[in-house]
Amino acid sequence: MARLNLALLALLVVCALSLVTSRYQARKLFVDLEREQAQSRAYDVEYGQLQIEQSTWAMPARVEKIAREQLRMQLPAPARLRIVEAGPR
Amino acid sequence: MRFAHTFKTKAPAAPRLPRLRAPLVFGGLLLLFVGLLGRSLYLQRIDNGFLQEQGSSRYSRDIEVPAHRGRIVDRFGDPLAISTPVKAVWAWPDQVDATPDQLKALAAALDLPTTALKQKLAQGGDFVYLKKPVAPQAAAHIAALKIDGIHDENEYWRYYPGGEVMSQIVGFTGDRDVGQEGIELAQQSWLGGHPGSRRVIINRRGEIVEDVASIRAPQEGRDLALSIDSRLQYLAFRELKAAVEVNKARAGALVMLDAKTGEILALANWPAFNPNNRQRTTRDHMRNRALIDTFEPGSTLKPFTVAAALDAGKVSPQTIIDTAPGTLTIGHATIHDAHREGALTVEQVIQKSSNVGAAKIALSLPAETMWQMLSGAGFGAQPRTGFPGEVSGRLRAAKTWRPIEQATMAYGHGISVNLVQLARAYTVFASDGELKPVSLLKVDGAVAGRPVVTPQTARAVRHMLEMVVQPGGTAPKAQISGYRVAGKTGTAHKLDGRVYGDKYVSSFVGFAPVSNPRLIVAVMLDEPGAGQYYGGTVAAPVFADVMGGALRLLGVAPDAPANTVVVPADAVAVREET
Repeated sequence: MARLNLALLALLVVCALSLVTSRYQARKLFVDLEREQAQSRAYDVEYGQLQIEQSTWAMPARVEKIAREQLRMQLPAPARLRIVEAGPR
Repeated sequence: MRFAHTFKTKAPAAPRLPRLRAPLVFGGLLLLFVGLLGRSLYLQRIDNGFLQEQGSSRYSRDIEVPAHRGRIVDRFGDPLAISTPVKAVWAWPDQVDATPDQLKALAAALDLPTTALKQKLAQGGDFVYLKKPVAPQAAAHIAALKIDGIHDENEYWRYYPGGEVMSQIVGFTGDRDVGQEGIELAQQSWLGGHPGSRRVIINRRGEIVEDVASIRAPQEGRDLALSIDSRLQYLAFRELKAAVEVNKARAGALVMLDAKTGEILALANWPAFNPNNRQRTTRDHMRNRALIDTFEPGSTLKPFTVAAALDAGKVSPQTIIDTAPGTLTIGHATIHDAHREGALTVEQVIQKSSNVGAAKIALSLPAETMWQMLSGAGFGAQPRTGFPGEVSGRLRAAKTWRPIEQATMAYGHGISVNLVQLARAYTVFASDGELKPVSLLKVDGAVAGRPVVTPQTARAVRHMLEMVVQPGGTAPKAQISGYRVAGKTGTAHKLDGRVYGDKYVSSFVGFAPVSNPRLIVAVMLDEPGAGQYYGGTVAAPVFADVMGGALRLLGVAPDAPANTVVVPADAVAVREET
């Protein structure tokens, strides 16, 4: 009888300790998860800011200005346009 | 042993206890225990709120889960409105206690002159915004200064990359990121996010170690795709703005529709405003004239009169209408043509925009037939774009029409429309007689229209509209090299009080390429004041520039040889009035 009790006691201690460690593990993982989620939110914010930046650079008015003034591009006059018809294949 | 012995001998000598003392003490102790038990039961089970709260406040926190407002994007997903988190820095001036060095650092971080900062703090009181928005990095820098009485709070800042080009469509948000104008207002419930809240357990280092409960799930704002094409919108805005300035007009508006789906690809207005900086913006700048203002359309309505007559079998395109001597008297009123013409075919009535001809055609029809045509083309009813404040215009019931009113309505007076309605009505001629629904939101797939006229009538009117831009018509300046174009000019006198004065609304509505119409563009200039006011001179060139650029941008195959643009020496071959 005493032996059985002792075995049960040992089992209980092992269970209790494993509960403690698994709980600790769970919390540690949860902290990691939270950190990653915060990181993901930060990336979202950064993505939004980058989108703003990109669309500011890509504003048609700015693109047009650079094309006209720096790159000296212009629409060809109708006389210089040739329409190429797709021939029979 | 001796001692024990002594004790033993003494014991009997001890005084006898009173009989009730033991039970009394026992009872007293028991009572105390019961009291203790009762109290603990009370604290544990009945009045447990306070202690629970005290306990949980040691380890649990309610934290807010932010939810941001959805983006507004154009039809290709390019952003037109984005929210980004920022800080608003505020002060409690009475509490601010800062060294001059700290103030200098604060002013630098806020990007404000030190004197301006001191002025704000000198106002006193218990709340003043120092600056918003402040970039998160700068705000962190300010927090690191640790000045008493300086605080910050989280906010979202809405940024509009399109600026003034998109201003009237997209609108803007006000405080707390709530829509105030335009699509931002109309789609508030779709775009708006609702922050959530959750209860968590934190450890000694302030890290979240466990989720206890979600008190309120956050609801993220959803993205919204408009039908607008940013490139076409910019093109339309640029050309419209230039035209308003050259012609010294009070205002102008331009609408571009996809002829197949009824989507609004561009909707430009001038004057406009910068939604990112609205300090000097007046209500007048915010008006989306194309949707919330009406005007008398003038001659751009004539094709509908003719279509009604063709559909009713009253005339054919070649029927001769005698418009001599260029006036027509009905009752006490007289209708004038800007140019005297003699006998014209129905086609030429449209081509040369004869008021007398259109009035005569209208008077050959029952009022009810004409009303059905105008109502069927969407006049007098809201275009249902979902834009806040869009108007329906005015189309009175046919019963109330007097003959003179029916005659003037034939050329677009006595009826009021908005520009989107007008552009939409032309889907009838751009398709084979079907009126398409308009949409400011992106539409996927084919759109079913509502038949208004027969395909034969639609084709006949389309041909007449093509004659308008050819030599002999009112709008040769609407021609585009490489594409067949059809359209109609409008030069409407404006009502000045109750009489028609010498102010005009110049307009042009047209579509291209005629062989398979892809786009419809409607241009309207309000009170051009630089001498020119004919729709064919003022509005048609804007149409040609915008339509030509748009067709090339979209890569639409040309349906006419290049270099066929023929503009008669006299700038406008045929003048029109209304």
